[in-house]
This record gives sequence, structure tokens and C-alpha cells, in this order.
Amino acid sequence: MVTSKPGTITLHDDWIDNPSPRRRFMDLGELHAYRELIAFLALRDLTVRYKQAAFGVAWAVVQPLVGALILTIVFRLVVRVDSGGIPYLLFAFLSYAVWTYFANGLSAATDSLVGNAGLVTKVYFPRLAAPLAAVLPGLLDMMVALVATAGLMAALRVGPTVALVSLPLWIVAVCLVALGLGLIFATLNVRYRDAHHGYGLLVQVLFFASPVAYPSSLIEPGWRLLYYLNPMAGVMDGFRWSVLGAPAPPPAALISLLTGVVVLLVGLRYFASAERRFADVI
Amino acid sequence: MPASAVELHHVSKRYLLGEDHAPGATLRDAITGVFRHRGWRHRGERAEIWSLRDVDLTVAAGESLGIIGRNGAGKSTLLKVLTRITEPTSGVSRTRGRVGALLEVGTGFHPELTGRENVFLNGAILGMSRQQIKREYDAIVDFSGIERFLDTPVKRYSSGMYLRLAFAVAAHLQADIMVVDEILAVGDADFQRKCLGKMAEVERSGRTVLFASHNLEAIVRLCPESIWLDRGRLLARGPSEQIVDAYLASGVSRTPTSRYDDPAEPVALRSVSVLDASGRSSAVLRRAEPFTIEVCFEVARPVPGLDLSVVLSTLRDVRVLDEAWSDSTATGRGGPGRYRARLLVPPALAVGEYTVGVWLGTAFEAVLWQEGALQFRLEGDTHGRAERLVQLSLGWEVQRVPTTDSVGQRGCDWTPPDQVGA
Repeated sequence: MVTSKPGTITLHDDWIDNPSPRRRFMDLGELHAYRELIAFLALRDLTVRYKQAAFGVAWAVVQPLVGALILTIVFRLVVRVDSGGIPYLLFAFLSYAVWTYFANGLSAATDSLVGNAGLVTKVYFPRLAAPLAAVLPGLLDMMVALVATAGLMAALRVGPTVALVSLPLWIVAVCLVALGLGLIFATLNVRYRDAHHGYGLLVQVLFFASPVAYPSSLIEPGWRLLYYLNPMAGVMDGFRWSVLGAPAPPPAALISLLTGVVVLLVGLRYFASAERRFADVI
Repeated sequence: MPASAVELHHVSKRYLLGEDHAPGATLRDAITGVFRHRGWRHRGERAEIWSLRDVDLTVAAGESLGIIGRNGAGKSTLLKVLTRITEPTSGVSRTRGRVGALLEVGTGFHPELTGRENVFLNGAILGMSRQQIKREYDAIVDFSGIERFLDTPVKRYSSGMYLRLAFAVAAHLQADIMVVDEILAVGDADFQRKCLGKMAEVERSGRTVLFASHNLEAIVRLCPESIWLDRGRLLARGPSEQIVDAYLASGVSRTPTSRYDDPAEPVALRSVSVLDASGRSSAVLRRAEPFTIEVCFEVARPVPGLDLSVVLSTLRDVRVLDEAWSDSTATGRGGPGRYRARLLVPPALAVGEYTVGVWLGTAFEAVLWQEGALQFRLEGDTHGRAERLVQLSLGWEVQRVPTTDSVGQRGCDWTPPDQVGA
């Protein structure tokens, strides 16, 4: 890198072309070059969220706690769902924390381009930075909730298992599922604001189609293949296995992994094919 | 010939016009379109506009190039293509080196964040590294002149403070190629002066600068060469002074004459025009030269005491001038016939847009009031003080007064109050 000094003319050999060469999925090198921007955008969203919020990060615990209490009332006291030996409140608290991250991350990613329209039309940056930065701030809340889960486990005398080492894997997995779907919705949202409503519908459907309020063992074996087409099904199983020592995800959960990867690739591809028009259409 | 830093090869950019609810714009249309084969075509083609048409341009490294043209000529689109914000519809734009885009001040500023946080965020958005921002931080704060408010959320700033901070960040952007859109047109006068100074500094530092502006004087001062865009095409390129002259002479943006053919009952307006110092009708004039408003009217039957008045107003409807025929001619007005009236306006008005209104009537009744008959623009140097209505360049008489001069003789020496009359 040549630095420019006053009075000298800096010459770089590398031409940057517009239109840029077509890329299939993404330009990792460029994303890396813009990593500080991604961090600043994520930090901005995080800071703004907790500005003027008296309880601050406490919301990261209160939200899943209230959610878990509601689930406990409905699914434990009314419907009597069997949570497989794990205290239902704990079971629901973890599930709700992960689900909250997914739903909020997907929502933020969906609105990331439209919400940053001022940036998209006035500066150049790899457009992928916006949805990527959008799914990051929620990770902090999820971490806080995971720590709270550990506290709850200690209080309810539920010990961790070796499966805990796989936790980072599941965190990355939920992140990528939110990003993959988020890319599709963000791209749609640029042209069709309907995407915002579509997002709400999808999250609502997925909530019941994923093992959030109930364990996946309740699903009849015949339905499993279909059930695990939902990438979040495998992810939720994974979290509960890793943190709470619930039964390991069944082999069918590999389908979740596969659909998760497919969704991510489709998302990246769709995003890459449309990003050059974002500034004109948004 | 020095190596080039920017090259445009046959660059064209097309935009589709109209509200984006045309065929295919909503999800419903897209879905129904799939079922009705080639269904989109049935609703007719959308109007299109070519913002850039086959533009070829090479800018040498270290060169400062001005870009002029009326609104909608394609200046902003050109800058957006250069900075890769948008892609050309055809052709290639290539740049060599880091490109810094200042198309708007305060891009990405967030109202909830403090000044300090916004400096870092905005810096990152403009493409500065965290290290760079840290290094420049003190200079940025110093330039902005609002260090006391850096820990206050930007939403509590006045618009002036906001702009100062935003520009301060932009001014310290280090890039090899600086692309600057009309951003000097904001902020108060003092700050504008500072900004122009900063621009000159950037230009001297050997960076490549592309500067689009309506401030023609600033372009002439900062850029040795300029290009002139008109309806997406590159019309001319050359020394800024010449290009600006040609642009002014063309008066492209407004019609310098309005004509009327209403029946005269009993009076009617025939035409209203603005003429520049050399007598050509033009809607873009130099501020520093006198100009003439010409009104032609017809009187069918005698109107005793007929009076004519020409009113110049700013676009904010401030009446700057209201000159009446009766001011200079006391009697004998209003006989039948055709008239040509000329009002010579000395170089007193400030840079800006003006509308011309014409009033015909008598002391007892208004016969005709033609509001906004014309619109013209005075171009020139505001000397960084755009917020004024008249610009007279009155002569100053400034003398250094010896401190031993007799007390209070010309009101310059300060006499402590308790010694007055002692």
C-alpha cells in the first residue's frame, strides 16, 4: 500500500472496474477489507438499541424469561408437553432466547438495506456488509441469555455435558440461517416492501414448525424427513443437546444442515445477482 | 502525458421513469406476471431517461476536474458511477487508487449517537480505517469547532453544528481520488470559507479531484479544467474559465424571454426578457455585471397615469426590488401605442435565483399583474457569504489610528466612562 504525501502523485497499478466482474456468491477479500465498517455498523445498531434504555442489557434476559413463562403456562400447565426430564422452564428459556435471536436477526437483516438507504445511495461499500452487520448485534443478547441459562441450570441443578463443546457450532449455525433467509428477504425488500410482511408470516409459521415450545421427539418418525427441511429444527435440537444435555439430534437433522447450507447459498447468489441494482431501485 | 487515475469508456446510464408501481414492481404483479406469459408487456413500456449517454473521459492522476451543467444534466450520476454506487447500463468506468466519495455531508450520521461516535461511524462509512480516524480525530474536532458538544447525541445539535461536524469528517478523508458533489452549498458563511480553503488544500496535495458544483467561481478557482454535461452528454472540456463562459452564454436552463399575446384591454404585456451586459437575452447572468429587464407592452386606449412596475423576488418570495416607471417619469404616461421599457439593474443583487414580476396599473387600480413572468439566475462568487440579499462590495476606508491621537476626536479612541467630562 502506497501512502500519499502532499505534493506527490500516488499511482496504483490495480484498476477497479465498474461494472465489476460478476461474482457468483460473494467477494470474501472485499468483505475482509471492509470488516471495520461491518463492525461499526453492528456497533451502531447495538449502541442505539441500548441508548436511553434504563434496563439496558437486562432486556436480553427479561424477554426470553417472559417468553418462557408464557410457554410454560401454555405448553406445560395446559397442554402438558413432556420436556424429557429437563425442567420445562429451563427448556423454554433457552429455546426462546435462541428463537428471539433468530427472529430479530432475520428482521434486522430484512430491513438492513432499506433502513440504510441513505448509505446505499450515497457511498460504495460491499452491500453484503449491511445484512451481515444486522445479524451481529443480537449475538450479544444471546450470549447474555446463555449466561443466564447457565445460572438457571445451576439453580435447578442441571449439569452440563461434554456436548457443550459443540455450542460455538450451533451459534454459528443459527447466525448463518438468519443471514441466509435474511439475504433473500433483504433483496426482496429493496424492490417489494411486501417482504417485510412476508417476514412476519414466515417467523410465525416457523415458530410452530420448529422445536421451540416442544421437543422434536414429539414428531412422528414418518414426518421427520419433512420436519427437518426446516433448518431451524436441527439448530434448536442442537442447542438443547449442547447446553441442556437433551437427546442428540436424530440423523434426520442432517437434512436441516443441508437445507441451511442451501438457503445460505441461494441467499448469497440471489443477493449477488441483485446488488448492482440496489442503489437504483431502493 | 501523466498516467490516468480515472477512465470512462462509452459510459451510459439509463433510468426508468415513473413511480415504481409500473408492471413488475409489486410482488403481486411479479407473481401474476409469471402466470400471464409476457404479461408485463401488455401495460406498455415505461418511460426511460438516459442520465449519461456515451461519456468518454480520462482524468490524469493529480488533476482537478470541475463538472458543470444544469440540474439533471447527469453530474450526480457521473459521480455515482465513478464511485461504484451504481453501475453503468453500458460502458466501463475504471478508477485507480482509493476513491473517497463526498456526495452528501453526514451520510450515515445517526441521531441517537454522540458526536464522537458519529465521527468514527461516518469515517468508517466514508472508507477511513479506525487507525486513520484516530490519527485525524483531533484535527477533525478542531476543524468542526464544536468540541464542547462531542458527548451530546447529534439529535440535540443545531443544523449548523451537525453540518460542521459532518464536513469536518469529510474534509479529513484521505483518498487518492476525491469525488465531491455540491456539498459546499451548505453551512454558514464562515464555515463555507473554511471548506473552500480545505478543498484548495486537497487540490494542492496532489490528489485527483472531481468536483461538481453550481458555484462556478469556486470551480474556476479550484479546477484548472472542467467538463460541461448537458442532458447526459459530455458537451465540452477545456480550461474552466472558457467552459464556464460557454455555459453561462448558453443560458441553457431557463428561457430568458416570455412572450404573451393576450388582447389589450386596455393594456397587455407583450414580452418580458432579461438581457446581459452585452445586450443578449440570457437567463444565467454574471452577478458582477449589470443587467437589464426589458418589458414590452401595448396600450390600446389611453390610460391616464399608467404606471409600470418591475418586481424582482427571490425564490423564497422576498421582494428585493420594486421599481416603478413613476419613480423617474412624473407625467405623460399612458398614451396608446406599443412600448419597450428597460430597467438597468446595477450589480447589487446577491448570487441566486430570481423571479420577475410585472405590474401595470394606475394609482387607483391594478390592471395587470404578471407574477413569475421569468426566472433567471445570477452566478458568481458569494465570497462564502451566501446568506445576503445585496452584495455591493462597498469601498472600505480603513486607517490605523495612532494611539496618541487626540482623545475621542473621531470616535475611535475609547474613553473610560468615569473620565468623560473630567
